[in-house]
Parts: sequence; C-alpha cells; structure tokens
Amino acid sequence: MNAPNSFRAQPDERGHFGDYGGRYVAETLMPLVLDLEREYRAAKQDPAFAAQFDDLLEHYVGRPSPLYHAERLTEALRDGAAPGMGAQVWFKRDELNHTGAHKINNCIGQILLAIRMGKTRIIAETGAGQHGVATATVCARFGLPCIIYMGAKDVERQAPNVFRMKLLGAEVRAVESGARTLKDAMNEALRDWVANVHDTFYIIGTAAGPHPYPELVRDFQSVIGREARAQMLARTGRLPDLLVAAIGGGSNAIGLFHAFLDDSDVAMLGVEAAGEGLDARHAASLAGGFPGVLHGNKTYLLQDDDGQIAEAHSISAGLDYPGIGPEHAWLKDIGRVEYTSVTDREALDAFQLLCRTEGIIPALEPAHAIAAVTRRARAMREDQVILANLCGRGDKDIFTVAEALGVSM
Amino acid sequence: MTRLADAFRAERPALVCFVTAGDPDAAATPAILDALVAGGADVIELGMPFTDPMADGPAIQAANIRSLGAGTTTADILHIAAGFRARHPNIPLVLMGYANPMLRRGAVWFAATVRDAGVDGVICVDVPPEEDDALGPALRAAGVDLIRLATPTTNAARLGSVLGGASGFVYYVSVAGITGKQQAVQASIEEAVSRLKGATDLPIAVGFGVRTPEQARAIGRVADGVVVGSAIVEIVAEHGAAAAAPVTTYVQSLSAALADARKQPA
Repeated sequence: MNAPNSFRAQPDERGHFGDYGGRYVAETLMPLVLDLEREYRAAKQDPAFAAQFDDLLEHYVGRPSPLYHAERLTEALRDGAAPGMGAQVWFKRDELNHTGAHKINNCIGQILLAIRMGKTRIIAETGAGQHGVATATVCARFGLPCIIYMGAKDVERQAPNVFRMKLLGAEVRAVESGARTLKDAMNEALRDWVANVHDTFYIIGTAAGPHPYPELVRDFQSVIGREARAQMLARTGRLPDLLVAAIGGGSNAIGLFHAFLDDSDVAMLGVEAAGEGLDARHAASLAGGFPGVLHGNKTYLLQDDDGQIAEAHSISAGLDYPGIGPEHAWLKDIGRVEYTSVTDREALDAFQLLCRTEGIIPALEPAHAIAAVTRRARAMREDQVILANLCGRGDKDIFTVAEALGVSM
Repeated sequence: MTRLADAFRAERPALVCFVTAGDPDAAATPAILDALVAGGADVIELGMPFTDPMADGPAIQAANIRSLGAGTTTADILHIAAGFRARHPNIPLVLMGYANPMLRRGAVWFAATVRDAGVDGVICVDVPPEEDDALGPALRAAGVDLIRLATPTTNAARLGSVLGGASGFVYYVSVAGITGKQQAVQASIEEAVSRLKGATDLPIAVGFGVRTPEQARAIGRVADGVVVGSAIVEIVAEHGAAAAAPVTTYVQSLSAALADARKQPA
C-alpha cells in the first residue's frame, strides 16, 4: 500500500478511515447524524466556538495539563538494563484535569455542540463511570438534564462514580440487558436516542460510533497531543521517540497521537487490554478480533464466526469493550501505529510501580500504558524519550485494586 | 413475477408476520413459521438473532437472547429458511436483522447463500443508503430484494436515496423509536403512506407497534401491508415450543381484520 501524503487527513467525506468507520445506523437516526455533521462543520469554522471551547478548557478543566519527566520511574527501569540503555519516561498529565481524566475534553466540546443545535436533553453511556461523571459535570455546568446509561454490573463495581453522577444531578439508569456492561449501556443509549431524536443529544464517550463522532471526539481530544508536542519541544528541543497510550475505544490514544502522525520519526504504541491473556478472556479487539459492524461503525470487533459479539474482559472497566475506534483500525492496517496488549496482572504491577516510584496513583487504564512502557524502555537508549498519556487518576480504582491484591478495606 | 410482488397484489393488504429464528430453539421455529402461514400470514419475516439488537425493544431483545442462548447459528437459520421454502413454495420469506451477522463471511457469500435457501428479500436495520456498498450490490447481483426502511425522520431530501436501490417493498417504521408497544397516531401513518406512495411504485408495509386487529385494519385501509412482530414474539415467549396453536389463533384474528380493510369507510 502506498503511504498517504498525510496521516492526518482522515476520514473521507463519508466518514470512512480507509475501510473503517462510516455511518451504520438505523434510518431513524440517519438524518440526525447528518445534522450533527453539518453543525460540526459549521462549528469548526466558527472562531466563537473555538474561543469558548479553549476558554472552558483553560479555566474550567485546568488545561494545559503538565508534561512531566518521571525521573524515578526512568531510573527504576534502567536498573538491570544494559549499559547506556533505558529511555527517559515522560507523562502527559491528563489525570490532573477536572474530573480526573481526559474524558472532560470531549464532553466540553460535545455539550457546546448540543447547545448550538438547540438540544435540551443529554444522554451518554459509561463503563467505569469516568465519561458518565464528565458528562454529568458539563450538564450541571450548563444546566441541562442528563441521563447516563450504565451496565448494571458496572453500577455495582463502580459505586463511587455512580454516587458522583447523582451528586451532579444526573439520572443513572442501570442496564440489565446482555452482559450488563459498557456494550449494553451503549445499546440502551442508542435506543433512547432513536426514540427521542427531536430534543436529545448523545454525548458518545470515545472516538467510535457513527460518523462524525470518531472525527469530532478525536478533534476535541487532540488538544492532548498538540499541547504535548509544543511542551516537549519547549522543554527538550526535540520530539519524543515513542508515544504510548492505553486503548479501550481509543480516545485518549488518538488524542495524543494525532498531532504527531506526520512526524515520521515519532513511533507510536497503542496498548489494548489483554485481560486474563489473549488465549483467555480479554478486551483486545485488534489482537483478537476481526473487522465488523457495531454501534454505528465498521471496525475490529471481538466476535465469533457468525458475527455475534463476544463479551470483553478487563480489570479496567474503561477498557472493557469488544470494539475499538475506527481510526485505530485504519492506523493498524496501514502500519503507522503499532499495537500491543497488556494483561490485568501486568497492569496491576505497573499501577503499583508508578505509585511507589512517582507518588502518582494512576487509573487502571493508563496502568496498561505504563506496563507497556516498562517493556520498551529497557530496549531503548538513554537519550531516547518515551511519552505516555497518563489519562486518568486511580482514585476510582482503589477498591478494584485492593480486591485484586487480596486486601480487605 | 416474484413471490413478494404477488403477495402485495392481492385484494386485501398483505399481512407480514415476524418471528425471531431459533426462539425458543432452532428445532421449534419451523412449526411456528407453519403456524403463521396457517393463520393467514402473506409474508414471513424471519429475524436473525444478534447479540446487540439496538433497534429492538424488550420483547425482541429477549427473543434474541433466548435464541442465541439455545445455540442458534447462521447455519441453523439458513436451514430453517430452506426448509420453509420446501414446504411453502409460494410464501415470500424475508430475513431481517443487523449488519454484522450478515457481513461476517462477506456480503457476496451472504447474498448467494440466502438466495440458495429460498429467501426473497433482506431487511438490514443498520445499513442505511449511505453504506449501501456494504450489502446492496451483492444482494442485487444475487437477485435478492433489498427492503429499505423509511421512518418518521426520513425527510424529503433523503427519500430519494432511501428509495433508490430499494426493491420488494418499502417498510415504513411508523414510530421514531424501537420495536414494541409504542403506537403511532393513525393520522401520521396515513400522511406518511401517502407521501411514500407519491414517491415510489413499490408496495408500502407499515410496522412497529402494531398489535390489535383494529390497528391492523385501520392501517390496512391505507397501506399495502401491515407488519406485526413483537406481539407474536410475546406469544412465543409465553408458550415456547408449544406456541404454534396460539400463534395461529392470533394471526387469524389479524388476517380476518385485514380481509375487509379496504372496504372500510375512510
């Protein structure tokens, strides 16, 4: 395959990233999806929209997030490495955002679009609850009613975030269908949307779903990579050698990667959740899935020979999804980004390593990225730089980690 | 003439009846399909179960779960279709479902295989005209009708693309919502059917939320066909493998109501 002139020019006008993406939705939703695309194009051209987005990111979210040189982690990883080996590890600190993760960047952008379209009711799906909390937050900030669909199993295992959403004024609807996790919450949100198209805006939490969602979520999250690129140049006078980010749907990863896609010397590594291992229960759609159609887009999916969708598994509720954003599917196929996977156990080890070396409790999602960093750093030279996205903080995960470590609280 | 065209050519509006394949299990479905025919169904819509039926309400969601829980495979569905075709050479059979199970082995494989099983048409919920390339060309090449959905949100600007490439009949989804109990206002159905009839010569069948003989008769006065799904699926849910007799009784009540629908005063 010939390399395109730019890796940053996707999707095409029909919302396709190569073979992936698109608008695989029921006819009832199709006119709304077209309206959203039209409104998003107009908003992109409107300096007032950009100004309001930037202002809220600075003063409400707390951007720019810091770029941090993790010197103690770097030293720890050089221990046992060959002489001259052991890359510098840097973090983009998106866990310091308001609400504790990168999710809020996208929610700010989408609620501004919702208001622009005159929508008066907001719905969203959530897995771990981070996107639900971020959506409930922006709904409170703008005074719009908010309904969050969350799998009943996730409601049980993420009780603190359920309470946070309620404190913020959202209604949390536990979804009892299917495996009662994120996939089923997304089905139920789509059912709500199809029945309430006249007044409802669906804030999708990751860079997936029907076009234009993968594009607009990426654009709103791309602030991560734009900031990081400028910060790295200002601090070190150079670009990083390797970017690393965890992938569920893939919004924090594409947010970090996108600004660097045409920097040919910057390698990129996306990290899927291997759960109990790729030969057991996992959530690694690229490693263990096949192309198919779900939730409005064509992408890699965990599925059986008949196209029935498999249940994903990860210790991280935020990665517990059987699909992946379509831009990642395309980036994998063309080879611009490398993808790997990390097990629950490796993520737990990395989680504890970061706590003890840097005094940062990461969410289980970026703990997967950190685990991949620990594998790669020793094989890179001391003068090389790894930049990983620390996309969420771990307060929400302490109960899960305690249980996994056999600690009773 | 095709079986579907013949079904919509009758004196009375066509009765289109939906059940989910493999509910409660693949062995039970043939008798339930025969029961639909015995009750007077003119077109059979056989639902392909899917793990994630995003456009369906609780009744059909549960049917999908029962079917997949019983181990129903795509091969079972094709076997059910072929068996139906052998027993009922003249009753049109339409598959309805979601894109992923249809596309898993490739659209060309799917189109040829369902044609060979005697399927007349396919309704795919989540392949709108914008993604027609994924399925439409393969079905057309195989001579299988691609039945498109029109909805209350299908505006005049889109109608041409919805109808372009459609064949068999047009399925008007009468409510903006999911399958089940929500019912459309009769006046809105009449307005929509007349709008569609102004834009196509294809027959118009109306579905979503149709449960009672009275509703079916009222819709049948203006539409070429009436689709009933969730209400039949609920009978299957209640009676399981013994559903054939109550299904026939219920479908008879619908077909009797449709028999004189066109003679009702407007």
